[in-house]
Amino acid sequence: MIKAKKVNNTNILLTIILILGCVTVLFPLYMAIMIAFKNPSEMTNDVAGALGFPSHWSFANFKEAMRITDFWRTLGNSIFITSTTIVFSLIVHSMAGYAIGRSMARKKSFKFAYFYIVSGMFVPFAILMMPLVKETAQLGIDNRLGVILLYVVFYMPMNVMLYSGYLKNVPLAMEEAADIDGASAWRTYWTIIFPMMKPMHATVAVLTALGTWNDVMTPLVIMSGTKNTTLPLAQLNFQSQFGTNYNLAFASYLLALIPILIFYVICQKQIIGGIANGAVKG
Amino acid sequence: MKTTKQISSRDKTYLLMILPAIILFVAFNTIPLITGAVYSFTNYKGYGDFSFVGLRNYIDLFSDERVRNSYLFTFKYAIIGTILINLLSILLAMGLNSKIKGKTVLRGIYFIPNILGGLIIGYIFGFFFTYILPAVGKAVHIGFLENSILADEKYAWLGVLIVGVWQAVAMNTIIYISGLQTIPSDIYEAGMVDGVTPWKKFTKLTFPMLLPFISINLVLSTKNMLMVFDQIVSLTKGGPAQSTESISYLIYRNGMDGGQFGFQSANAVLFFIVIVAFAIIQIKITGKKEEQL
Repeated sequence: MIKAKKVNNTNILLTIILILGCVTVLFPLYMAIMIAFKNPSEMTNDVAGALGFPSHWSFANFKEAMRITDFWRTLGNSIFITSTTIVFSLIVHSMAGYAIGRSMARKKSFKFAYFYIVSGMFVPFAILMMPLVKETAQLGIDNRLGVILLYVVFYMPMNVMLYSGYLKNVPLAMEEAADIDGASAWRTYWTIIFPMMKPMHATVAVLTALGTWNDVMTPLVIMSGTKNTTLPLAQLNFQSQFGTNYNLAFASYLLALIPILIFYVICQKQIIGGIANGAVKG
Repeated sequence: MKTTKQISSRDKTYLLMILPAIILFVAFNTIPLITGAVYSFTNYKGYGDFSFVGLRNYIDLFSDERVRNSYLFTFKYAIIGTILINLLSILLAMGLNSKIKGKTVLRGIYFIPNILGGLIIGYIFGFFFTYILPAVGKAVHIGFLENSILADEKYAWLGVLIVGVWQAVAMNTIIYISGLQTIPSDIYEAGMVDGVTPWKKFTKLTFPMLLPFISINLVLSTKNMLMVFDQIVSLTKGGPAQSTESISYLIYRNGMDGGQFGFQSANAVLFFIVIVAFAIIQIKITGKKEEQL
């Protein structure tokens, strides 16, 4: 009797506390929106000047910010780099994860390859940074292609671990049946195994996308001389042009945050599921 | 006969499949890692001639005050940050996993900080610390808040810490929630019949069941906190008076532009060893705890 009562009751006090706690998350975003829509003249020195509603909602700051940061081109670069990295990652990492997952138990060399790649997780970018700047320049890939290739390498340890771990749940029977039918291992992989790993593809895509989209350090050191920049990097590059015009700067920050927020609202389930999945399987 | 042939052709395919990954990994991880290690024994400036100087850079690392300060700051930041992150996210996960209204929406909101980039969040918080917080401090007369904490040598690291924790809690909470969901509810029901206090319920039931997840989260958040970079760039640029200069930021600053390619390579090698050491120690400790239970 007592048990049934407990199960049905929602904890109202806790709900209220958690709703109030959301302020810590939403306040910085609220502040950014209020400032971005305001004229610099409305920014008086007291808190209300910054946090109050603007006298009228103006998109002028956004227009100006788009012009300064060459928004559409920068957005295009970010989308291009992130999506190409995901495609490469899904192909290269899943193949490697499959080959390792299926051979690790029998072959020492594949077991070694597994630990060799996974240990890369603990190599900080700081140690690779300076040699990579030289290397990519020498190879003529100190550009978007270089950044993409580096991302494919940086996310390889985590993704290979996820894929080979996931394969433990994929029964061998499918491949054995295909074998009897005379299909090559290569064909079996692409027609049967690759489609079966869909849940893991989603996890890998989400984790890789969040990492590459928000990364500043790699494009900063690799592409600093080129015209191409990514959305976060543009905020750094144009700091001096924003100067003390915070309204303009915040409009630009919001523009840079909006694409990922839209992506989050649409794919929230996959993103949270992907993160949880990745951590538990890893 | 046929089967052995098939197996060997299958192995060939496996080899072919792993090859692109291995080539890329060697080219952009192993080779630069070795190159960096080699440069760490030279006096290379990043340009021009250089010669090998043996262990010179490594000896100098330990007497360089700026390097020592960056390690002290990074350790302080990572250790306090990791503790705060895990305490807050266990609490938040337990809250979000209990019987509450609007669970999905609340979880969705609390996860937002994780998807936003550290650099931009740093800029937004930078404004908050520089203009809003001092105004509030003046209004309620809290002495140390009346000026921007980012401009104060003593408190600037707190600003960086707040932003780092704010972002990292989201990710760890999601992992703890999935951990809490692996705990079968009949364990709690058995406990309830026995009339166990909530604190006992946590220490005897929840905590041990969560241990594997605590171990994942400790390793992940320590690693991420040790590598702090974006927030430093947007909040303090290592200042004031280098009080918030993280190891990554120092290597970037002085290695790329400061003519210390060789010296900072040695610093990077040391940093790598430190990160691995932290991970091994944590895995050993949490592993032992799990065995005991």
